[in-house]
Amino acid sequence: MTNSIPEIEDADCVFVIGSNTSEAHPLIAHRVFRAKTKGAKLIAIDPRKTQVAQQADIHVRIHYGTDVVFLNAMMNEILRNGWHNQQFIEERTEGFEDFEKAVQEFPIEKASEICCVPVDVMREVARIYATSSISTILYTLGITEHSHGVDNVKSLANLAMLTGHIGKPSSGVNPLRGQNNVQGACDMGALPNVYPGYQVVTDIVTREKFQKAWGVPLSGEVGITIPDMMDGLIDGSVKGMYIFGENSVESDPNIHHVRKALTSAEFLVVQDIFLTKTAELAHVVLPGAAWSEVEGTYTNTERKVQRIRKAVEPPEGARPNWVILSELGRRLGLKNMDYGSAREVFDEMTSLTPSFSGITYDRIDEMDIQWPCPSQDHPGTQYLHKDQFARGKGLFHAIRYRPSEEMPDEEYPFILTTGRRYAHYHTRTMTGRCQSLHREFPGPMAQMHFSDAERLGVADGGSVEVTSRRGKVVTPVSVGDIVPEGSIFMDFHFEEANPNWLLGTYLDPVSKTPDYKVCAVKLEKHL
Amino acid sequence: MDYEFVKTTCPFCGCGCQMFLEVMEGKLVRTIPDRGAQMNEGKLCIKGWNAHQFVQSPDRLTAPLIRKNGKLRECSWEEAFGEIVSNLSTIREKHGSESLAFLSSARCSNEENYLLQKLCRAGFETNNVDHCARL
Repeated sequence: MTNSIPEIEDADCVFVIGSNTSEAHPLIAHRVFRAKTKGAKLIAIDPRKTQVAQQADIHVRIHYGTDVVFLNAMMNEILRNGWHNQQFIEERTEGFEDFEKAVQEFPIEKASEICCVPVDVMREVARIYATSSISTILYTLGITEHSHGVDNVKSLANLAMLTGHIGKPSSGVNPLRGQNNVQGACDMGALPNVYPGYQVVTDIVTREKFQKAWGVPLSGEVGITIPDMMDGLIDGSVKGMYIFGENSVESDPNIHHVRKALTSAEFLVVQDIFLTKTAELAHVVLPGAAWSEVEGTYTNTERKVQRIRKAVEPPEGARPNWVILSELGRRLGLKNMDYGSAREVFDEMTSLTPSFSGITYDRIDEMDIQWPCPSQDHPGTQYLHKDQFARGKGLFHAIRYRPSEEMPDEEYPFILTTGRRYAHYHTRTMTGRCQSLHREFPGPMAQMHFSDAERLGVADGGSVEVTSRRGKVVTPVSVGDIVPEGSIFMDFHFEEANPNWLLGTYLDPVSKTPDYKVCAVKLEKHL
Repeated sequence: MDYEFVKTTCPFCGCGCQMFLEVMEGKLVRTIPDRGAQMNEGKLCIKGWNAHQFVQSPDRLTAPLIRKNGKLRECSWEEAFGEIVSNLSTIREKHGSESLAFLSSARCSNEENYLLQKLCRAGFETNNVDHCARL
């Protein structure tokens, strides 16, 4: 997030796009609703009538995968009416001319047809977002999990720069991160192109710094991403794989493909706390300790580094993950893998990572610190891009619309979209073992529109067969108008009705993020 | 009676709610939201209120497992470490560093992620490390 979570409540326009905030980020939704109570206009852009959409002043029920069209048309309308921030554009950005040309290709009338949103609604949303004094954007996987996810994100950045709604308290572009430490895993360099703190692996000076610290030669080649790892296992270019705390078999799209990949591995190690479907395929499984059994830190979606602390002992036989990983390093002959505690690991990391240099366990015990925090007398950074962008000038991108890769056709006439429910987390390896959460939400429950249900003869609580080009899944459905006609929503929590059997592997060409939001399917009543 | 409260961070979504774990006789019994936390101000969602329950599940793994004759069986840590080091090293020697791949975890701590990428980069001289952020 460019901003902090508590800042949301002081915005006067909260623009929520592709985020089912109250189910996926309940305590952020709380701030959104508080902003509304304090007088903010709440705009929700989502094909589904989520709780946030139901509470919104305007719910834009956009057609699946047409965000780029909608946002470009909004910006076209902003420019046409002079609602843009000329001073911000001139002083803080570049690339405006090409961007402006691209936006001119999207008049609001044309966009209205593609997005299935009335012209006056589009105009009103553009006016409110642009002319409110403190507007902020919140987005989640409804923006990124598309075969054009990067275009969606760049379009949101364009919108914020066009109106100058970024780099201020309560105003910016705020991706809400889905996992407890997905921010931290990125920050720590668990990515094929960067070391900790986003220091690029191809930079010679950076590489020499890490070579000196770690005492071994390092590769200057960018590594491969998850989808390429899976393809590599199948084509034989990848032979060995180490999976740490990830249930890929159930959480990646196209389970057929993932199972084939992992069973092709010559050697697969899985380190986890339960015998997941992924661990079942391993050659060696290592039992790690859980969150409440170790010391460490997580970094939340607002870049705040926070402690986790050991409350209980791990079960006999399991070991803390940092102990396991350092032991493996020692056995591989690495000289400096001897750590007495998680704190020592953290201190080594901060000594190599400028944006974390000023963060210590002692400091975060005393105060909240958000990175970047370059020195021990620095208070951390509540919001980003205050006087200038990280790259200097903010870069406008000219974005053109690419439809989703697999749109409905005669054979597969419905759109399948997927997501999370409030009581569960991902593949339920944890929440499925919390008795209270299991009782709250014991099985899968897809959502479909009542007119589709009536046509198929499916009653509320009945079952449908959902078939795609990859496979077939049977799921119970609740019937209503949360999803628009012509589509079905499935959660990905339950093995017995996991939509990942159905999804294809259509990737964004830049981020390699798969499309989890638009997949063509056929629906039939399950007898 | 051994009874304490340990401050920690919720293990589920990216909000990062602060909570106390109520620990009695070495067992987790409850989570309690931290009223002093700026972010969650003494509130938790349904997942946070029940976050302690999975930790003491009887399904927890309590020994390393190794595949023998197609089946996973319990083994010693010594055997598991030996098997991993010898197999990954052999693959590296035969097929090169780029034939190895490491998946890290958005569920695990900064320290653990730092070590996993260090193990991959320093131990095997490859940048083939990724995690689910792009999924």
